[in-house]
Amino acid sequence: MYVIIAGAGKVGRNLARELIAKEHEVTLIESSRESYLALEEEFEHAVVYGDATELWVLERSGIQRADLVVAVTGDDEDNMLVCQVAKEKYLCERIIARVNNPGNHDHFRLLGIQPAVSATDLILRLIEHEVPRYGLVHLLALEEERLEIIELEVSADAPTVGAKVSDITLPEGSLIISVLRDGSGFVPKPDTVIEAGDEVLLVLDPGLEDAITGYFAPNGRSGD
Amino acid sequence: MFILIVGAGRVGSAVAKSALAAGHEVSVLDEDPLSHERLDAGQTRSWDDAGGQFTVGAGLETDALIQAGIERADVFIASTDGDNTNLIIAQIAQRRFGVEKVIVRVMDPARAAWYGEQGLHTISPTQHAIEMFERALQPEFA
Repeated sequence: MYVIIAGAGKVGRNLARELIAKEHEVTLIESSRESYLALEEEFEHAVVYGDATELWVLERSGIQRADLVVAVTGDDEDNMLVCQVAKEKYLCERIIARVNNPGNHDHFRLLGIQPAVSATDLILRLIEHEVPRYGLVHLLALEEERLEIIELEVSADAPTVGAKVSDITLPEGSLIISVLRDGSGFVPKPDTVIEAGDEVLLVLDPGLEDAITGYFAPNGRSGD
Repeated sequence: MFILIVGAGRVGSAVAKSALAAGHEVSVLDEDPLSHERLDAGQTRSWDDAGGQFTVGAGLETDALIQAGIERADVFIASTDGDNTNLIIAQIAQRRFGVEKVIVRVMDPARAAWYGEQGLHTISPTQHAIEMFERALQPEFA
């Protein structure tokens, strides 16, 4: 796979190292002369000096044959622009953008730049996983596919406690895919009975979280 | 018309003043409070007294754009000192807020040309300068 990485900061250069170790072909583009010179010794011809938002710099880096363009500079406008021209001008099939300011996530979405990854959001999600608030954790959100996987801890007062899975009628577009009990998970059968303290994993259409929470943690707290 | 100008450097502030003098409603958004003073420079009345609006904020901040009045803007001008910022906020104005006329300053002729083909109204001062130099040199080539 040929990968172009715009921005050779901590993220960009470590990504390049990992991809090279996995025997991918990589070009790293760095606009600071100083950083470029420091990286040249290690990366040799795999690092290019230039502004990745300049079209000729991208062309010189071989964007026409790139399988993947990753924009990880510290500037969100630059990341959006690199990905937009990669996708729309050079018809690169796969792009990945870094979001520095989570407040800009909407702008990436508006311009069709997906996936857009924000370290802040990822860490926040991990914190939520460690310290579940309201008993609900987002495990996976595939925005383009409009699919989510969430985890809910079943509270003692939930209407589903003691009910068989086959008797629980969930809203259209949602499904229980796994139950975690006593430290191990299993795929529920129709006669599996939900217990307080279970963690249920559900796949659902985005927007159903509130409705689903009512079935398993109606008071917004996890049960003990 | 209601005109929103993001970025009040030399170009943005001059366009803002002439638009206000021409009787338009003009709102300026700039990160730097000092730009407010640039709008007063050389005028008999201050920008605010003359009826101009000024908001401190970045063009990428949705709240700042809304505060500056983007929802009722007829014209949006992106004239910050960053080409990429201008190109991104112009698309936000067009796609998210549906502003009818969007004009973008892009120094780099290559990006100006490509985004122009995509339907943005781009103006490249660099491209104009190149053409003027070429024209000025023409007698020498003849």
